[in-house]
Amino acid sequence: MSVANSPAGTSRALKLPEGLRDRLNEILSQLAAAAGLIIVAVALSFASPYFLTSNNLFNIGVQVSIVALVAVGQTLVILTAGIDLSVGSVAGLGGILGTMVIAKLGFPVVPGIIVGVLVGAAIGVVNGLLVTQMRLPPFIATLGMLGVARGLTFIVGGENAVYGLPSSFRLFGEGQIGPVPMPIVYLIVVGAAGYVVLSRTKLGRYAYAIGSNEEAARISGIPLNRYKMAVYIISGALAGFGGMIAASLVHSGQPNYGVGLELNAIAACVIGGASLFGGVGTIGGTLIGAFLIAVITNGAVLLNITQYYQQVIIGVIIWLAVWWDQVRRRRLAAVAAQAHGRRGTEAAQDGQSSIRAQGDDGAPGEAGSARA
Amino acid sequence: MSQASHALVEVREVSKRFPGVQALDSVSVDIRPGEVHAVAGENGAGKSTLMKLLAQLEKPSEGDILVEGERVRFRSPRHAQRLGIAMVHQEFALAPDLSVADNLSLGREHTRAGVIVRGSEKRRARELLERVGVAVDPGRKVSSLAVAEQQRVEIAKALAVDARVVIMDEPTATLTDAEIDSLFELIEQLKGEGIAIFYISHRLDEIMRIADRVTVMRDGQVVETLDKEQLDEGKLIALMVGREIDTLYPKQEAEIGDVVLRVRGLTRPGVLLDCSFEVRAGEILGFAGVVGAGRTELARAVFGADPVSAGCIELDGRELRLGSPGEAIAAGIGYLTEDRKGEGLAMQLSVIDNVTLARIPGRGIWIDRRAERQAAEQRSDELSIRAPSLHRSVEALSGGTQQKVVVAKWLQTDARVMFFDEPTRGIDVGAKAEIFRLLSDLAGKGRAIVLISSYLPELTNMCDRIVVLRDGRTVGELRREEFGEERIMALASGTEKEAA
Repeated sequence: MSVANSPAGTSRALKLPEGLRDRLNEILSQLAAAAGLIIVAVALSFASPYFLTSNNLFNIGVQVSIVALVAVGQTLVILTAGIDLSVGSVAGLGGILGTMVIAKLGFPVVPGIIVGVLVGAAIGVVNGLLVTQMRLPPFIATLGMLGVARGLTFIVGGENAVYGLPSSFRLFGEGQIGPVPMPIVYLIVVGAAGYVVLSRTKLGRYAYAIGSNEEAARISGIPLNRYKMAVYIISGALAGFGGMIAASLVHSGQPNYGVGLELNAIAACVIGGASLFGGVGTIGGTLIGAFLIAVITNGAVLLNITQYYQQVIIGVIIWLAVWWDQVRRRRLAAVAAQAHGRRGTEAAQDGQSSIRAQGDDGAPGEAGSARA
Repeated sequence: MSQASHALVEVREVSKRFPGVQALDSVSVDIRPGEVHAVAGENGAGKSTLMKLLAQLEKPSEGDILVEGERVRFRSPRHAQRLGIAMVHQEFALAPDLSVADNLSLGREHTRAGVIVRGSEKRRARELLERVGVAVDPGRKVSSLAVAEQQRVEIAKALAVDARVVIMDEPTATLTDAEIDSLFELIEQLKGEGIAIFYISHRLDEIMRIADRVTVMRDGQVVETLDKEQLDEGKLIALMVGREIDTLYPKQEAEIGDVVLRVRGLTRPGVLLDCSFEVRAGEILGFAGVVGAGRTELARAVFGADPVSAGCIELDGRELRLGSPGEAIAAGIGYLTEDRKGEGLAMQLSVIDNVTLARIPGRGIWIDRRAERQAAEQRSDELSIRAPSLHRSVEALSGGTQQKVVVAKWLQTDARVMFFDEPTRGIDVGAKAEIFRLLSDLAGKGRAIVLISSYLPELTNMCDRIVVLRDGRTVGELRREEFGEERIMALASGTEKEAA
């Protein structure tokens, strides 16, 4: 009987490791960031007795949650070879408008939070329209929005913070499920949802495809505009949600909230292995990137290292992470090239091949008509 | 031995290893002044790696490279140029936004006190361009030149460094027949000047035409070096593939049924004018014409990838209004693009993801990953896609295998009409025969096939009917018994009156 079973058994056994090996490869590709995270964490646990206390770990979790939530949306946008520079300002605007409708208009807490999220989503709609209808490069579209949303925050809310929020609003950010603070709960839910979207839905697959080769995606019948709109709306909504969590944590709506948040979110994606040229990146990597930044920040506080050094360290980490990623990719490409001949060798020849490919498929339509 | 003493460049027992792979295994080859030495072989045979060693883009693991009998030290591509070895890249290595003159002097700018002297650069550029027989203003941007002109600029760039050995990697891949003829004239001229040319190509007819000697490579080794007198197409193929290929064009007779797709008066201002054709079930229809005649544009318009201003498209007698490729796919039309890298594949995605991209199994927003994997496995068996893993990105696959992945994608959509736009571009002989067998099989199963090719033997051997395009119009139609290369060329170039 075992003999009869073995062929099927072996073929499955052969398939499984293959999938597993690729999964492993994927994890290994994030190893640089993950290893960095572990090394920093171990070092800190020796350097400061306070680091490994549950109190401090939850503290880190709460600190990282907003950046990480926003970075999940940012990952989706970056996968499509886009970028969303407006998330910091959107978090500010969402936080102000959401708290205003609660404090000034007497909205109950939950509808107020939803308003904050919807404001973010609405900004995402505008970003999406700028990119798909006006055909602005995402960098420009969202750079403009960074200014517009911040300006609107002050125009609508004035220069002062929004106070007078009910105490139940505090629970939204400061509550706990068991020992786990709410922001960590939100992060787990959004992170898991992000993972599912990327791995199991058409939105995720199309985001990868659009970022990898937009024209190939179009020729494959993918409605580009619809899916591009979707990623900017998701990114905006998550930024609005992050803004509401921040407001709850400080019991007020702060018009200055979120300045520079976009850079931390993008840094988290990049440290986690996402490529700004699109098509490459994972939620797991982004979360690791976000935690690495947060742990370093936390460690610096514990060890009394000034903020200026933190900024230097994080900047250097961005360099190292991207450098490592390129080294790894070049090596993989070289191996593949030799295994499979000419086409790959071109890729191996220089790390810029993906950049060149991006440039090449810039305007195939025009090229076609120019020829005729 | 006496041969070696005449050699301008000699590669002596050179090997190249990459982690886990032996790319070149003790390869020896030489080239003499004024000689065209073709290097033939399938993808992965090691041709390009060998050329990269010569151009010092890669460092040999073992063995020596000698220039005029002197051992050469590996340094940089620039060093290779100084030794007189220059490469004309398959994908031109020009800076598209710089002018022709700037490109020609790139890296060797003539400066005075750190400032580039433009006048002398332009003069030199003009001389070089004249030598390669292209009349373009050196002040023009490279991106504004036609492909064939860009190639001339690349060759001029090689001459600019006084190259004595010029490596040409698939130089005709994107050229029309007339441009190829003119390129060959230039090669003859360069030969006359004593310049030696390493000529890498898949196209055997070109090798037969131009080469003085041919070195056939397979699996990183030199199989044989043949002199012009020993050349024979069948022998070359057998040497390259390592086995006899019974036929390159396995055309089967299929039962030709009803008209599936009928296109009438399709017009796109400035691009297509009043194009009409029809294709039947089981039929392979060819689109012939020179580059720019509108073959690709017509396919794209039918597929909904480009807007049209007039005309109608009928599928099974029902008129279609196609606004996007998505609608065309849903209606049952597929389009395998001519530019595999630029429009065909999402390079970073896996084989599975690419195969199912145009039709992902699943419901609503969800992907059914098991069905997806099964579909990809089935297609890869069907097309014998040789990939180490279906989970790997397609980036690492050979050109032929990549092309099969694109074919699999369109099979996966169950398209009943399929456009194949230059499906054999940049793939090797073995893979070509496989692609053609597949076209035949598809036609045999009652699909309607449109084959676009710039290489006439592909059309005359594979098609049941050929539609000729010129200047964006369908100007003639030939049945199989009327096929003849002269006839097609006459229609395509406008020397014969329209037959339709």
